[in-house]
Amino acid sequence: MKIVPLLLFAIIAFGVPVFAARHNEYPVSTPPLTEGIFPCSNCHAGMEVNAKKRELKDEHANIKLHHAENDRWCLDCHNPTDRDKLKLANGDKIQFTESHLLCGQCHGNIYRDWKVGIHGKRIGYFKGGERVYFLCVNCHNPHDPKFKSLKPEPPPIKPERKNGR
Amino acid sequence: MEDRSQTRRDFMKMMSMGAMAALSLGSLSCTQARVEAFLQKHFREMTEAEKKEAIRRLEETYFRKYGKKFHISTQPADAAVLWGYGLDLSRCIGCRRCVYACVKENNQSRINPQLQWIRVVRLKDGSLINLENTEHYYNPEKVPEPGFQYMPVQCQHCENPPCVRVCPVHATWKEPDGIVVVDYNWCIGCRYCIAACPYKGRVFNWGEPNIPPEELNTEVHYLGNRPRMKNVVEKCTFCIQRVRNGRYPACVEACPTGARKFGNLLDPDSEIRYIIENKRVFRLKEDLNTEPKFYYFFSA
Repeated sequence: MKIVPLLLFAIIAFGVPVFAARHNEYPVSTPPLTEGIFPCSNCHAGMEVNAKKRELKDEHANIKLHHAENDRWCLDCHNPTDRDKLKLANGDKIQFTESHLLCGQCHGNIYRDWKVGIHGKRIGYFKGGERVYFLCVNCHNPHDPKFKSLKPEPPPIKPERKNGR
Repeated sequence: MEDRSQTRRDFMKMMSMGAMAALSLGSLSCTQARVEAFLQKHFREMTEAEKKEAIRRLEETYFRKYGKKFHISTQPADAAVLWGYGLDLSRCIGCRRCVYACVKENNQSRINPQLQWIRVVRLKDGSLINLENTEHYYNPEKVPEPGFQYMPVQCQHCENPPCVRVCPVHATWKEPDGIVVVDYNWCIGCRYCIAACPYKGRVFNWGEPNIPPEELNTEVHYLGNRPRMKNVVEKCTFCIQRVRNGRYPACVEACPTGARKFGNLLDPDSEIRYIIENKRVFRLKEDLNTEPKFYYFFSA
């Protein structure tokens, strides 16, 4: 009976605070995961880890890595053992909702701007209500991060010429 | 002693109301509303009770006209606030999403006349200063185009606004939180302000505004996005109906690249203050001493 409160204490003292602090600091939006793909462990749980760089044919064939692809492969960012988490360079496991920590490892100046709200986008209430921060991956596909060009909305209508003038 | 001007006003009110009522007994309530609108005081001189009455009358008029229940706010400025806007020119791709979000949020006339408060101009690379060579009818398949920069221009909410100074009837003024507003009920449509504005920040209702009823935004502010009438001037109000409630303006939320920033210039922790203190910033036509509160900046 004594072990339960002890366990609770341990979780509250060590597990939760780290987690909660990170989450409350930046109220981020949902990562744009393809529908039905998460949790990754659904498929990957019993699978052997294959760290070899190769062409993906059966699954994830839509992913064309175009993000320093010569130096990088899936498991540099995706955690090989606990598949539902991402991985920092120092080995720390992070949630998909904390991916800004991962991007910030290399893009430090952009990350600094993102934290103060200069890079990226925030919507909702800046005062007296809920505010949402867009994650890096809400605008940049992490596998091909360059912002894609868009079709512009129509230009304004030119003023009519009247009486042939 | 009774106030003389008050007596004269009351007398005129009575006389004209009597005359109008006698002229058209058939549509009495409608006529009365028009008379009351005609005799409405300047917005800044109204008491709270008078404001309430004017709002009630306007809401009724809108209901008759559009068949929709409007909520018209008169929320005043917060004393500790001076709004400022930031626009990141290194991120803007000229997609015009902001223009159409603004049109929708602020009940602009869609066509005949087509009114837009934001004008996105395209500049050739390397001639950012040369506004003579801009183009705002560009329409490529995809933006951004190589070799071009884009710069959205809207009301710059000058600290020293020339448009306000030229208005002969004080129908436009600067609010304590820095927003330059127009009272459409007081505007006589002389368009002096349009001529005075160096940023083309104002547009005119040459005809009766056209808005599809199902697209009307019914959450409005008296000095902002309430439906306008023919012959009045209108302009960007930083989405007064949203920002005074703590929400970002519609253009900020619509921008797909996050180039648009907004905040309180008096708050040292705000995003806009960070931009001014840490980024390369410029204001449009600064040499005119209009002191815009719209800061263009480069983050990259």
